[in-house]
Amino acid sequence: MGVKLLLDKANVPGIRTYEVYRREGGYRAVEKALKEMTTDAIVEEVKKSGLRGRGGAGFPTGMKWSFIAKPEGVPRHLVCNADESEPGTFKDRYLMEFLPHLLIEGLIISSFALGSNDTYIYIRGEYAWIPDILEEAIEEAKAAGWLGKNILGTGFDCNIHVQRGGGAYICGEETALIESLEGKRGNPRIKPPFPAIQGLWMRPTVVNNVETLAAVVPIINMGGEEYAKIGVGKSTGTKLISACGNINKPGVYEIDMTITVEEFIYSDEYCGGIKDGKKLKACIPGGSSVPILPANLLLTTAKGEPRYMNYESLSDGGFATGSMLGSGGFIVLDEDQCIVKNTYTLARFYRHESCGQCSPCREGTGWMEKILQKIETGKGEMSDIDLLWDIQRKIEGNTICPLGDAASWPVAAAIRHFRDEFEWHVKNPELAQTSNFGLQHYADPIHVPA
Amino acid sequence: MATIFNDTQMTEFKRLVARYPEGKQKSALLPALHLAQDSFGGWLSTEALDYVASLLQIEPIEVYEVATFYSMYNLKPVGKFVFEVCQTGPCMISGSDNIIDYIKKTLDIKPGETTKDGLFTLKLVECLGACGYAPMMQVGKIYKEHLTKEKVDSIIAEYRAQASNN
Amino acid sequence: MSEQTLFKVTVDGITIEVPAGTTILQAARQIGGEVAPPAMCYYSKLKGSGGKCRTCLVEVSKGSEKDPRPMPKLVASCRTTVMDGMEVKNITSDKVIDARAGVVEFLLLNHPLDCPICDQAGECHLQDLSFDHGKSKTRFEFQKRTFKKHDLGKNIQLHMTRCILCYRCVFTADQLTNKRVHGILDRGDHAEIATHIEKSLDNEFIGNVIDVCPVGALTDKTFRFKNRVWFLKPMDAHRDCPTCSGRVTLWNRGDEVFRVTARKDEWGEIEDTPDGKPGWICNTCRFDKKEASDWVIEGPREISRASVISQGHYAGKIGTTKPTETFLAVNGGRAPHLLMDIHDESEVNKPTIHLGKIQGPSHGDTFENKTESA
Repeated sequence: MGVKLLLDKANVPGIRTYEVYRREGGYRAVEKALKEMTTDAIVEEVKKSGLRGRGGAGFPTGMKWSFIAKPEGVPRHLVCNADESEPGTFKDRYLMEFLPHLLIEGLIISSFALGSNDTYIYIRGEYAWIPDILEEAIEEAKAAGWLGKNILGTGFDCNIHVQRGGGAYICGEETALIESLEGKRGNPRIKPPFPAIQGLWMRPTVVNNVETLAAVVPIINMGGEEYAKIGVGKSTGTKLISACGNINKPGVYEIDMTITVEEFIYSDEYCGGIKDGKKLKACIPGGSSVPILPANLLLTTAKGEPRYMNYESLSDGGFATGSMLGSGGFIVLDEDQCIVKNTYTLARFYRHESCGQCSPCREGTGWMEKILQKIETGKGEMSDIDLLWDIQRKIEGNTICPLGDAASWPVAAAIRHFRDEFEWHVKNPELAQTSNFGLQHYADPIHVPA
Repeated sequence: MATIFNDTQMTEFKRLVARYPEGKQKSALLPALHLAQDSFGGWLSTEALDYVASLLQIEPIEVYEVATFYSMYNLKPVGKFVFEVCQTGPCMISGSDNIIDYIKKTLDIKPGETTKDGLFTLKLVECLGACGYAPMMQVGKIYKEHLTKEKVDSIIAEYRAQASNN
Repeated sequence: MSEQTLFKVTVDGITIEVPAGTTILQAARQIGGEVAPPAMCYYSKLKGSGGKCRTCLVEVSKGSEKDPRPMPKLVASCRTTVMDGMEVKNITSDKVIDARAGVVEFLLLNHPLDCPICDQAGECHLQDLSFDHGKSKTRFEFQKRTFKKHDLGKNIQLHMTRCILCYRCVFTADQLTNKRVHGILDRGDHAEIATHIEKSLDNEFIGNVIDVCPVGALTDKTFRFKNRVWFLKPMDAHRDCPTCSGRVTLWNRGDEVFRVTARKDEWGEIEDTPDGKPGWICNTCRFDKKEASDWVIEGPREISRASVISQGHYAGKIGTTKPTETFLAVNGGRAPHLLMDIHDESEVNKPTIHLGKIQGPSHGDTFENKTESA
C-alpha cells in the first residue's frame, strides 16, 4: 500500500461537506500557513517539496511562484487550471467532485502566498455539474471564515470564483485559459510576456493545475522536506494517475512514484490487469499527447531495467524508446486494438482542438488526420507513412503553443514503434477493415531504433 | 422564444458579472452565453448573441467570435435532449463505435441530426474527460457513463417518459 | 536626445547595433536583403500583430553576451526582442530553411492557387514567399477547404479560400475604426473572416484592410478584374482630403485611374506621412476618387524591382531607362530560383525528340515513348 496524501480521506462518507472535511483534519494547513508562516516561507516550503506541476509539463511549482512580478499597486491573481481535457485524463474531475474542500484549502494557502485576493477556478465547460459542488464548498468555507475579508484576522482578503469554459481543449494552455477567462477566443498568447509578468487583465498571474494546488495542503501540513522524501529523485510526493482503456479497474489512483509500471498495470491495488484475460499491446502513459509505447518498452527501458511510474523513468530513453508521465492519463491498449485507428482518432482530436492561429498547427493537424483516415480506411500508400513522419516533424517545435507538439508526438511515436502495423494496413487494405494486426511481436523484445 | 432574461435569469447574470473587477465585465461572456443558451431553448440565435453583447456592453462581433470558437454553444436549434457521444481514443478503444452505431440505428438519425419529434439530437464530440468510465456521452449537464446498448435503451426511454410528462 | 541603450546583434554573420527593445526582424530589416526574414502576419504599424504565420522563424544560436546558451526552439523573429550580443541565423541555418519550407507548404496546403484570376497576383506576399521557399509540386492530395461566400459590401471583396488568417485586418479594424464588425469566426482549420450577420464593412477607414492583406483574400471591389497590377503605372499623388492625409499611389493606365492605394514601403507596409504617422487612407480617397483630375500627380512611384509589378518598369523612375545591372544586382543579391525543370514533368523538349517527326496531334504518350516512336 503506497502513501496517500490527497485521496487518503476520499472514502470517508460525507467528505465532500465542510463539516466532515474539517472533522477529518481539514483546513489545518490554512491555519498553519496564515497564522504561522510568511508568504515567502510558504513559497520556500513548496520549493523544498520539489512539487512539479501536475498538469502535464512538470515545471517546478515553487519556482513558478517565485517568478510572479510584484509591481506596486497592481493586483495579482492565482488561477486554477481545471480545464482538464487531455484524452485519458480525468483525475482533476475526481478531486473536485469528491474532495472539493481539499482544492479550496490549497487555493486559500496558495492565494495567500501569491497575494491573490481574487482567485479563479477555470473549469472545462463540459464538467457542468462540478461548479455547483465547488461553489457550495466555497460558500461553506466562507461561512466558516476561511474565505472572505480579513481571514483569521491576518488582514488577508480572498474570494474564489468558478468560471465554466465553453468547450475547448486549448484552454488548458495557460495563456489561452487567461484569454478565455477574459471572455475571448482561446487563442494562446505569444510569449513573452509570460503570465507571471502580464497575465489575467495584464496583471501578474500564476496558473496552476488542480492537483498541484491540492498538493500544497499536505506540503504545508507535513513540511516540504518530508514531502520530498516521498517518491524518488525529482519525482517527489504523490501523483494521481487516471487509468483507462482495456484494464479491469479503470479509475483514479494515487501513487507515490516508486512503483513499477508492471505493478501499476497488473496489481489488484491498481489497474488489476488487462481486461478479459487479454494481453497488453501498448500504452500511452501520460495523456494522449505523450508517445505511445509498445508493451516491451513500457514495462522495461531499452536498457532492460524495470520502468517506474515517475517522471524520470517514464522518459528514460527520450522519445526514441521512452515516453512521459505527462498529466497522468494512463491509456492501456490490449492485443485487439488497432494502432492506426487509435492514432487516427487522436489526430482527429487535435485537428478539432487546434485554435487555428498559427499555420503549422492549423493546416498540419488537418492534413495528418486526412492521411491517417486514408490509411485506416484502406486507401493508404507506403509513401503516406513517410509523409506523415515529415508533417509531424515540421509541426513540432514550430508552433505558438505546445498543441502542435501534442499533435505531433502521438503520430511520431506510433510510426516509430508500430511502423509494421501501418505497412500492414497499406498492404492489406481489405483485411484491415475486418481484422486487426493484433499483438504480433510487441509484447516481446523488439528491435529498438537508435 | 423571447430572447430576454427573466428576473431569475437576470439575477444570475448579475451574479456572474460581479465576479470580475470593474470594467472587466467581458470576462463574464462565456458563462453568460451558457446562461443564455440554457434560458433560450438550448441554442443561441443571433438575437440571443446580440442581447448578451448589449448586456455586457461589448460589440456583437466580440460575442460572435467567442460563440463560434467554443464547441458547447449551439448556433442552430437542437433537440430537447442532445446526446453528445465521445469518440476519442480512450472511448474508441472501449467500444464507442458500437454505441454510436446503436444510437444512430435506434433514433434513425445521423450525427448532427435531430429526430423528427424534436426530442433527440446526436452529436459526436471529442474527449469529455470520462475516459475511465467509457464509453460515455453527455446529455445536458449530466454524463452518462459505462454505456451499453441496454443502457442506451433505458436512457432513451427515460427521456421519452420525461418529455411526455411535461 | 536621450541616451539610448544599443544592443549588438549579429544576423547571418552581419553585426549591427540597434536600440534595446528592437525585434530580431526589425534588426534584420535594417541589414536588409535576404537577411530579413519573410513576414506574412507581422505588420509594424499594427499593434499586437505577428507571431502567427511562423514564416519568420529564426534560429538563435547565441542568446546574449551574458547568457550565450542557444534558444532551444526556433523563435518568431517578429516577436522576439534582441539581447546584447545575440547571434541569429536566418538563411544560414538549415533548420530555419527546413522549417520555413514546411510553413510555406502549410500555407499553400488549402490555398486555391488561383493566381491567374486573383487581383493580388503580382503584389502577393504569398506568391513571393512561394517563389523563394516553395516547391513546384504539392504533396496534398485531398480536396481543398472551401467556405460559404460572404458579402462584405460594395467596396471590399472577400475570398476566404485565399486567407492565411494573419489577423492583420482584425487589428486594422480594431485600431483604425471605432467599431469592428468583422472578425475571426469558428476555430482551427475552419476559422474564417466573416461578420456572422452578413453585414457590409463601411467604416471610413476600413478600406485599409485591403492594403494590409498579404494575399488576395481582401481585394478592392472597385478594381476587381479591371487590370493586372503589372500593366499599371504607379504614380504618387495627393489631394486635400478632410479625412485622411490624402497621400496615395494611383495605379494608372494612360490617364485612367484604375486603383488607389496607400503608399507602401519596401516591406509592403504603409509608409509614414511626413508627420511620422502611418499613411492610412480613407475610403473616399480609395474608392471614390478615380478621376485623374481628383489628384495632384507627384510623379512615378518607385516599386521594389524584386516584385513582379516592376515587370517592364525599368530602373529608378519607371519607364525612363533600361537597366544596366546584372540580375543579381537588381534582385537584391538574390539569384534566380529554378522552380522546376520542365524535363521532370514532361518529355517535351528532349533533344532526342524530333517534334517535326511526330505523326498527327501529339499527346503525353508520344513523349513518354520518345526516341523509338520519334
